[in-house]
Amino acid sequence: MSAISRLRHQVSYDLLIFRRNPAAAFFTVVLPLIFLVIFTSIFGNNTLQNGAKVATLYVPGILTLAIVSATAVNLAITMTTRRERGVLKRVRGTPISPWTFIVSQAIAGFVITLVMTVLIIVIGRVLYGVELQFDQLPILIVSLFIGAMSLSAIGIALTVIIPSEDAAPAVTNAIMLPLYFISGVFVPDTEVPGWVSTVGNLFPISHLNQALQGSFDPISTDIPIPWDHWLVIAGWGIVCGVIGIRGFRWTPNR
Amino acid sequence: MSPAITVRNLVKSYGDHHAVKGIDLDVEEGEILAFLGPNGAGKTTTIEILEGFRPRTGGEVTVLGEDPETAPLEWRERIGIVLQESEPVPELTALEAVTMQSAYYSNARNPAEVLDIVGLTDSANQRTRKLSGGQKRRLDLALALIGNPALVFLDEPTTGFDPSARRESWDMIERLRELGSTVLLTTHYMDEAEQLSDRIVVIADGRIVARGTADELARKVNAVTQITWRPRPDDPKPPERMGWTEDAQGRAVIASNDVVVNLHALTSWATEMSVDLPELNVARPTLEDVYLQLTATSEVSA
Repeated sequence: MSAISRLRHQVSYDLLIFRRNPAAAFFTVVLPLIFLVIFTSIFGNNTLQNGAKVATLYVPGILTLAIVSATAVNLAITMTTRRERGVLKRVRGTPISPWTFIVSQAIAGFVITLVMTVLIIVIGRVLYGVELQFDQLPILIVSLFIGAMSLSAIGIALTVIIPSEDAAPAVTNAIMLPLYFISGVFVPDTEVPGWVSTVGNLFPISHLNQALQGSFDPISTDIPIPWDHWLVIAGWGIVCGVIGIRGFRWTPNR
Repeated sequence: MSPAITVRNLVKSYGDHHAVKGIDLDVEEGEILAFLGPNGAGKTTTIEILEGFRPRTGGEVTVLGEDPETAPLEWRERIGIVLQESEPVPELTALEAVTMQSAYYSNARNPAEVLDIVGLTDSANQRTRKLSGGQKRRLDLALALIGNPALVFLDEPTTGFDPSARRESWDMIERLRELGSTVLLTTHYMDEAEQLSDRIVVIADGRIVARGTADELARKVNAVTQITWRPRPDDPKPPERMGWTEDAQGRAVIASNDVVVNLHALTSWATEMSVDLPELNVARPTLEDVYLQLTATSEVSA
């Protein structure tokens, strides 16, 4: 089997495993959709100063949430669990290359991201009249790809600091939940104090959110390619990728 | 034919703790070798060094012609591993788990056939989380065999099993011999080592204390047959030349190297004295005794 078909084979199994994992499916697929409906119901779909609907900010925000769940959160928890249960050790005892195995996880996360993107775009359009700007489609896809890959690397890096299966959801959520709040995911960044946005801008989730916003902006013309956001996200991805590869453990801690 | 495994003066230390203290080992191709010892003797440390999971502190190790620490990934094509503690992916069925792993090998066996070898055909479409402990262990073996390995490592394959599950596992491991694999298994059950292996290596406290077939081991420790009975308080005492002693339970014991002669002397004396030798018993040494004696000696010398 060639390297590519091995990778494809592994991705198909990783997706099958994801589909059958009720916790992962709920937090990645169902919860973001519930949040989208709840936020728009509570805060209303008012018109912003620039004339766009508030939901044009919620849709990319919820999409950001779905991407983080599908990649960083999902990988941090499932890879720690698999490590502690000896699943990874068994994999290490086989001739599959560690690269194929780990890259496959990231690609599976990207595939889930694409599915969630379609779902959220359809719901955003049908319920709230949020239009994807089709001329922005290539930029959207690049943002999704850079986001999914970098956040997967962050998820792998998180497994390095997570000591046990029990600690995995706690550590992951303790890091991600505050970031959602200061990154414009739950609260539009126009509604928070400047210093909060400044702190949020140190981290990749805020930049992913901002990079995605352009693709749903119905008002502005000449939206620039979000190189700056891509650069910050990719930078985090590369640094965490190095940490993840250097520190990755295949054997249980106990 | 070169040996499948060669180990010379293997040492593994964790700081001040010396887990393995200089082991020599040869496993020939096609042989089933049991690595027998109590918990904490260094069995798992040694087997995990051979599997390439742990670096060693010193010594030389060659497994299928490669040093496990530097062997390329292709080396793993020829090795199957049953780890002591390793869960299957719970979301997959048994057949899916084996099929997923089959793609990792360039020379894999048919997944359905491997499930048949380990007797899991009826549970092929069960999610692995629903399998019993014994079935999970069979799946472990199926996953170890899927790549058609020349060498199989089994780390305590039946620990925690009830007796019937152990018997079934033994039958399965016997089939590995038919498949022509070289097998290195660790166990702390003497009967398991005797049942399954061509040769036994006894390890205690990081050192090899004996090696050979089960019979050879029994001879090596020079184990003696025990003749025992329980004398009544008012019975006459047998003469001292019979070499008897009294044990803690108040039984008379003769440690015998020649049972026929000793028994004849004892029963002649008993007939003459009209003593009926209550609870008379002649006990040949069990392999368990041999094992305990071997591993106990090492504790004294350590």
